[in-house]
Amino acid sequence: MTEENQRRVVSVIVINEASVLSRITDLFSGRGYNITSLTVAPIPDSRYSRLTIVTAGSVRVIEQITKQLHKLIPVLRVYEHEDMVEKEMAMIKIPITENLSDINILCEAYNGKIINTGENTIIAMVTDEPKRIDNFLKAIKRYNPKEIVRSGAMALER
Amino acid sequence: MQISGAQMVIEAFIAEGVDTVFGYPGGAIMNVYDEIYKQDKFKHILNRHEQASVHAAEGYSKASGKVGVAMITSGPGFTNAVTGLADAYMDSIPLVVISGQVPMSLIGTDAFQEIDAVGISRSCTKHNYLVTDVKDLPRILKEAFYIARTGRPGPVHVDIPKDITAQIAEFDYDIELDLETYKPHTKGNPRQIKKAIEAIAKAKRPLFYLGGGIINANAAYEVRELIQKTGIPAVETFMARGVLSYDDKLLIGMLGMHGSYASNMAMSETDLVIGLGVRFDDRVTGKLSEFAKNADVIHVDIDPASISKLVNADYPIVGDVKNVVSDMLEQVGKIDSENYESWRETIINFDELHPLTFHEDSERLKPQWVIKRVGELLGDDANISTDVGQHQMWAGQFYPFTRPRQFVSSSGLGTMGFGFPAAIGVKAASPEKISINFTGDGSILMNVQELMTAVEKKIPVINIILNNNFLGMVRQWQTLFYDKRHAETDLSVQPDFVKLAEAFGGIGYRVKTKEEFDAALKDAVEKNIVAFIEVIVHRMENVMPMVPSGGSLFNMMLLEKKGDK
Repeated sequence: MTEENQRRVVSVIVINEASVLSRITDLFSGRGYNITSLTVAPIPDSRYSRLTIVTAGSVRVIEQITKQLHKLIPVLRVYEHEDMVEKEMAMIKIPITENLSDINILCEAYNGKIINTGENTIIAMVTDEPKRIDNFLKAIKRYNPKEIVRSGAMALER
Repeated sequence: MQISGAQMVIEAFIAEGVDTVFGYPGGAIMNVYDEIYKQDKFKHILNRHEQASVHAAEGYSKASGKVGVAMITSGPGFTNAVTGLADAYMDSIPLVVISGQVPMSLIGTDAFQEIDAVGISRSCTKHNYLVTDVKDLPRILKEAFYIARTGRPGPVHVDIPKDITAQIAEFDYDIELDLETYKPHTKGNPRQIKKAIEAIAKAKRPLFYLGGGIINANAAYEVRELIQKTGIPAVETFMARGVLSYDDKLLIGMLGMHGSYASNMAMSETDLVIGLGVRFDDRVTGKLSEFAKNADVIHVDIDPASISKLVNADYPIVGDVKNVVSDMLEQVGKIDSENYESWRETIINFDELHPLTFHEDSERLKPQWVIKRVGELLGDDANISTDVGQHQMWAGQFYPFTRPRQFVSSSGLGTMGFGFPAAIGVKAASPEKISINFTGDGSILMNVQELMTAVEKKIPVINIILNNNFLGMVRQWQTLFYDKRHAETDLSVQPDFVKLAEAFGGIGYRVKTKEEFDAALKDAVEKNIVAFIEVIVHRMENVMPMVPSGGSLFNMMLLEKKGDK
């Protein structure tokens, strides 16, 4: 059994009710598990919400996380993803004085584009796999981004 | 039926068959108390501290097997009760705890006696609710009882704002619960059970490792049958005391930090651990990498998260231990008890080498003698509670338990102050038995106000205070691991325990000899009122054997043989 920390993506379907998010995050903090990122929104036409949690831990820790999540009363299902499609999003605010066509080309390489232009700044958006978002954020640095906002992950089993 | 929220609480209790509620009133819960005043279907026991109310409900639940119920007010009433909730959570005790909350319009305004109660109880309950609509209250109450007693049992907390208890809505308790997200798995997988039986049949040195889950599942008598039919020896955790009778030839004893030599050695030598309703607690296993090192593990538990949490299970079986053991009993013919004859002999030799015992002292009573003596005099007629510390371990080691639910103690959380209120709950649940609380001079002062509860409600708990003028267990660690620097553990400055009991209207005894002890116990049983029997015991007695924290089970500090030194 490997003891080294692995990045894992876990999706949790929960009843969409008051304090359910605290139950999840309290469980992580109380048992010393990490949350790298967390995405949550209601599932359309149902009483449930879906959370996507990116975490890290040994095989044993990940197994405990899934079991402990299952134990929470409002949790319907826990998916520990093996074979999934995973996406994240990032939005970047850049001064309008930078080379906009270069920026647009860069964004396009990462499934994105410039989505807003203002008096002094533009906003670009990309959607891609987490590793590629990392690369994009490195590449965009040369255009002096003023603000970067990055979403958590979303994942679906293939 | 259109009734108020407060009346709904009463009606739910009645529908659930609650006969005793422990609690303490206050502003935010007054509407409910007003309805308690008007009814005569169940009795209310007024403790003198909310922590004690929850411990009493725990004692009641452990002795009766029913859901314990406690009721408290908002703010400090609730925060006082948190230790009880945490205690019940750690020991899987089914409770429903109702707290008042400030009215909905004041929530979030830092109102008088307002605290985020569900925020605090979230991490120490199985589940909790803040009621925000009176129409939800019947369903929430029904769910609370259901969740508390099913699956791995535990405390459920329901926080009800004061205005909700005044509002009127339809009450229908015959609703079907629709808990799509909560479906405990109670039936063990037949294929896994078959594999486990085959593994047992093949093993040369199998060992039953019995835990408190057996008592929760009311499975002790099935387990007794399984052990008797297979001839496989068994060790009990502290939580499992009473699953087997003390005189069962296949019971080796208690294992763990203060387990017997034979129990810990058996666990170290076994080739197949059969864990039933256990969770491989650190006080049981010692150093994990050395625990049952050469053994495969069968682990039966209702809680999937307990399986392979600390020790990998080769044969995991998720299910109610009563169901699983019943299924095992059907296949027990495949197991030949003769196969384990030499294993049983090995264990007898372990026990003869270092039996669980103590040395008498000519000057002062030994605490272990007191516990054994109560066992000789009262035995099966008594239910035993304890506080936390040395006396607790000695009770686990030396009392001759004969049945499940005879023993109530704070095991997981280790709450000093648990014993006396728990013993009140035990007595309320089984008045036909004598309720004994073994306690120490440290622990008893942590809920000593319960003398008043016991006097008022005529609940004759006998508290046997093993007084060594020390916070004994911490003193023991200081002696052994801190070079005898007894920091803040000397409790020589003490109240007069006899007068203290008398001041509340109870009875007190101070004894120094065996004869005095026998006479005091006999008198306390006859007087049938709450009693303190203060026994002056040897100051420096240590609980032995002892596996130092983090050490391997087989590396025990042992009682010095007489004449050694």
